[in-house]
Amino acid sequence: MAALIIAEHDNVTLKSSTLSAVTAASLCATEVDVLVVGFNVDTVVSQATLISNVRKVIQIDSPHLADHLAEPLALQILNVANGYTHLLAPSTANGKNVMPRVAAKLNVGQISDITKVETPDIFERPIYAGNAIATVQSNDNVKVITVRVTGFDPSPSVGGAASIEKKDAVQGARKSAFVSRDLTQSDRPELTAAKRVVSGGRGLGSGEKYQEIIVPLADKIGAALGASRAAVDAGYVPNDYQVGQTGKIVAPELYVAVAISGAIQHLAGMKDSKVIVAINKDPEAPIFSVADYGLVADLFAAVPELTQAI
Amino acid sequence: MKVLVAVKRVLDYNVKVRVKSDQSGVDLANVKMSMNPFDEIAVEEAVRLKEAGLASEIVVVSAGVSQSQETLRTALAIGADRAILVESEVELQPLAVAKILQHVAEKEQVGIIILGKQAIDDDCNQTGQMLASLMDLSQATFASKLEIKESKAFVTREVDGGLETLELDLPAVVTADLRLNEPRFITLPNIMKAKKKSLEVIKVDALNLDIAPRIKTLKVVEPGARKAGVVVADAAALIDKLKNEAKVI
Repeated sequence: MAALIIAEHDNVTLKSSTLSAVTAASLCATEVDVLVVGFNVDTVVSQATLISNVRKVIQIDSPHLADHLAEPLALQILNVANGYTHLLAPSTANGKNVMPRVAAKLNVGQISDITKVETPDIFERPIYAGNAIATVQSNDNVKVITVRVTGFDPSPSVGGAASIEKKDAVQGARKSAFVSRDLTQSDRPELTAAKRVVSGGRGLGSGEKYQEIIVPLADKIGAALGASRAAVDAGYVPNDYQVGQTGKIVAPELYVAVAISGAIQHLAGMKDSKVIVAINKDPEAPIFSVADYGLVADLFAAVPELTQAI
Repeated sequence: MKVLVAVKRVLDYNVKVRVKSDQSGVDLANVKMSMNPFDEIAVEEAVRLKEAGLASEIVVVSAGVSQSQETLRTALAIGADRAILVESEVELQPLAVAKILQHVAEKEQVGIIILGKQAIDDDCNQTGQMLASLMDLSQATFASKLEIKESKAFVTREVDGGLETLELDLPAVVTADLRLNEPRFITLPNIMKAKKKSLEVIKVDALNLDIAPRIKTLKVVEPGARKAGVVVADAAALIDKLKNEAKVI
């Protein structure tokens, strides 16, 4: 049995979510190949060859694949899918976007967001925003899967020696086009890949206070910035800061929740973090029920004190 | 341009999820069911297109049990023009729903199809993409902005790290994210009006589609609970714990 992983990358760097998908794939199949689709992706391909447990890296390189649009990407995947028992992608925006297109063309179901591989055809996945865990079995001849990155340790990104196979791109009818991209510019670690995350909630009161209270603490400990849905809806920070069921799912080594009460949909996005710290002035806040360390205090005094003392 | 919107009846998002003691699933007996919140956003977006003069008719469709008629009435009350229920007593998984929607979309000759990005029960996030694939249409998932100009759709999508904008040939499939709009409150007069709108019920067997479930649920359990930790006295005590006990800083 062989599995194919659709690599997550930006044409320059292989994203660590791919490494978690490799771990999930090696629990499904004895051979694991990685597919890199994009434009000028030589460096991504060479990074992928170094991943432990990878047999072969397939490279499909073409200008019309630069923006990872779902339609042409699905065509490339389908073109090389033959012979694989498992097709996997990390549950990123790209993975979620393209994999159901592949499954539908193969006339198979998709198993979304798996957090555990029990056997090559039995998987665990959260449902109802993580309020229940389902164990599901797929009897399709090909399993199309998206992998929840926080459910699997990343496969080592060094030590491998995979071969490279270059394939020509398939051309399809052009039905959509890329117009523009507006990514949040930041030198910080990416939210879903960060080892430490500091998140702020509506208790901060304003975007200025977020900058004044949360950012210095994150800077001090080299953390990514997150927020609750309430803080995003109130306009303190951009949408892509949101941690929770409808935002990013994170599981860093350290998660610091400041002025976040802990709504169920927020907890769904961070409760797999290794160590959770909650700072809130309300001792009854639900966030304390999942926190390893709670500090009941006025955040405007406690957080700067913490920042200074670390 | 005709708009097709797909809606699903799910456990109301305010209801606490209870796993059945026999591990066969989540308890849905005698609990409030509502329209999937992302689908409500999809219906609202369609109504706004019509109000802006960009859509001629809004057809709302659901696939599922007979009680889904209530969900369709809600969509009619928001402002959809007519409704279709493809009734099925067997469980419909995303691939099956996509095939049903394809049938309806082709019959109705629609210009754009809007769905919620995912249902809050199975959290699959598949149906819109599968539908686009089956119909060989372009897609824009996780939409936070939709504009129709010169028979093209310009869609801003929420992606990892920010936003991106795509241009799609119509017909196309768009799936709604949380920030596409804020659905309006439904007024009593509109609920009354909705009762008079057409709601057609089709038995799924009449469509002759392969809708067999592909994925079998073996069991459903509650997630492992995380135990609460300790409350510390002050920032200094917190740093001490993080350094010496948890060893994360």
